[in-house]
Amino acid sequence: MESVSIGKSVSELHELLVHKDISSTELTKAYIDRIQAVDPDLQAYLTVLEDEAMAQAAEVDQKIAQGETLKPLEGIPMALKDNMCTEGIRTSCASKMLENFIPPYNATVTNRLRAAGTILLGKLNMDEFAMGSSTENSYFTKTRNPWNLECVPGGSSGGSAVAVAGDEATFTLGSDTGGSIRQPAAFCGVVGMKPTYGAVSRLGLIAFASSLDQIGPFTKTVRDNALVMNAIAGYDALDSTSVPYETPDYTKFLVNDIKGLRIGIPREYFGEGIDPDVAKGIKAGIQTLIDLGAEVAECSLPHTEYAIPAYYLIATAEASSNLARYDGVRYGYRADSNDVLGMFKKTRAEGFGQEVKRRIMLGTYALSSGYYDAYYLKAQKVRTLIKQDFDKAFEKFDVLLSPTAPTPAFKFGEKSADPLAMYLSDITTVPINLAGIPAISIPAGFVNGLPIGMQLMGKAFGEGALYRVAYTFEQNTNYHSLKPNLSGEVLTCGSR
Amino acid sequence: MSISREDVEYVAALARLELTEQETQEYTEQLNSILGYAAMLERLDTTDVVPTAHAVPLHNVLREDQVGSSINHEKALRNAPDGEEGFFRVPKISLT
Repeated sequence: MESVSIGKSVSELHELLVHKDISSTELTKAYIDRIQAVDPDLQAYLTVLEDEAMAQAAEVDQKIAQGETLKPLEGIPMALKDNMCTEGIRTSCASKMLENFIPPYNATVTNRLRAAGTILLGKLNMDEFAMGSSTENSYFTKTRNPWNLECVPGGSSGGSAVAVAGDEATFTLGSDTGGSIRQPAAFCGVVGMKPTYGAVSRLGLIAFASSLDQIGPFTKTVRDNALVMNAIAGYDALDSTSVPYETPDYTKFLVNDIKGLRIGIPREYFGEGIDPDVAKGIKAGIQTLIDLGAEVAECSLPHTEYAIPAYYLIATAEASSNLARYDGVRYGYRADSNDVLGMFKKTRAEGFGQEVKRRIMLGTYALSSGYYDAYYLKAQKVRTLIKQDFDKAFEKFDVLLSPTAPTPAFKFGEKSADPLAMYLSDITTVPINLAGIPAISIPAGFVNGLPIGMQLMGKAFGEGALYRVAYTFEQNTNYHSLKPNLSGEVLTCGSR
Repeated sequence: MSISREDVEYVAALARLELTEQETQEYTEQLNSILGYAAMLERLDTTDVVPTAHAVPLHNVLREDQVGSSINHEKALRNAPDGEEGFFRVPKISLT
């Protein structure tokens, strides 16, 4: 069964289920078998829910047997990043702090995907508390890039990207605070969407930086991505930052036509620090879009270089506040101590990893008396300038285009010793979170055998235009259909 | 603006983090390096710029004051590291 069902897109599998060519039980079992076969190498999963998944699949099969109409995602096996709450199922955030945390409620996305009839295969590895760009900061394990096991999968949603790229799930959800969906999607050769801030409910997403965090889908194809967005997007009264707007049917934007669409190329995203081979690959992609009738012109987002410091001050300040709740009292890890203050300090010292502590320190400093104006307030003002850059660009263009990441996937350990070097690799993704706009990464070629991603950025709630360009590009290229060789053959890592 | 060892110890106390000697040393170096880089923000004149707290500003998100459902007592306490009779138990709170 594995050979016929594994690796197909959600829309193809839906047809097979509708026509009873395959049952949800067979499909789910095939994915469980696949996880057991390849996850010892890839390490994408922290929790696999075989019994629960098989029971859910049996329920769907019963509905099919009774002749009920199947919803687009019904009976489809998927998985969630381990920072989205699942009632009764451990949600660890890849941290020792939450190693044994069993949420008493579901995240809104968990509920919506359940209502859509999907099958939850398990929970996926990530950088601890979503802080990192390589998934090397997980307390539990290192997830490996299916295209080259010596390379990182990107982060922080590394497990979510690898599970899709390695055919261990049909689709997954990740979260993106400064690139954590788009960069791993680019490194692993899959489609990853960071929706507009406020488009998808954050209720039950364990908070990192509340004004930047946003949940979105990883998929094999652009159509699948739009289908998953249909299921998860929309107003939620339980998230006070959820924006009340009418969610469109995102599949309506999937037309193979971009004639006359105006695409801007911000020159700052092709400058210093961008691997020349990556830039070359993306420029070839731009030519493809020109040939298909897009109107392409260069533009400028002049404050781009200030995005990294502004982002790291804002994100860490918010994180230091959000993570204050981990005090060993109500849930999570607790260290023994004779008095309560000592218990707080030891609990946090032992429960958090190095990167999380570093960011709490940085954020606490940025918010501390005497430095607030110089760092946090200054960063918020620069955030305004960055947002204005985008507003101006979107007066002239429908969509902006850049590389998703400056380089292809790098080797384990290559950047983990130097936090600043790791932060600088986020230059092409963090401005988007500061501006709150949507952006998608789609497969756009290979450099030294590793995938590269093309990033498309849109106006707030302009996901539709992104899907239209992404779909047209996908229909006229074949990068999305290429698969990593998981037979154990190790390729040479990128030149970097 | 450079950050001293004492600054790091002060911030660690604010953040309720017990640091090892090695961590104190490392964070002193790393915070200097990261905040040194962030000093580039000073080049921008932001005197008349309004700060952005949220990219999609929503104001006065209100709802009717109605009783809804919430998780029960037992569920809320299930993850507690230590508790008794419906309470969380913590070590003694000393003021010195």
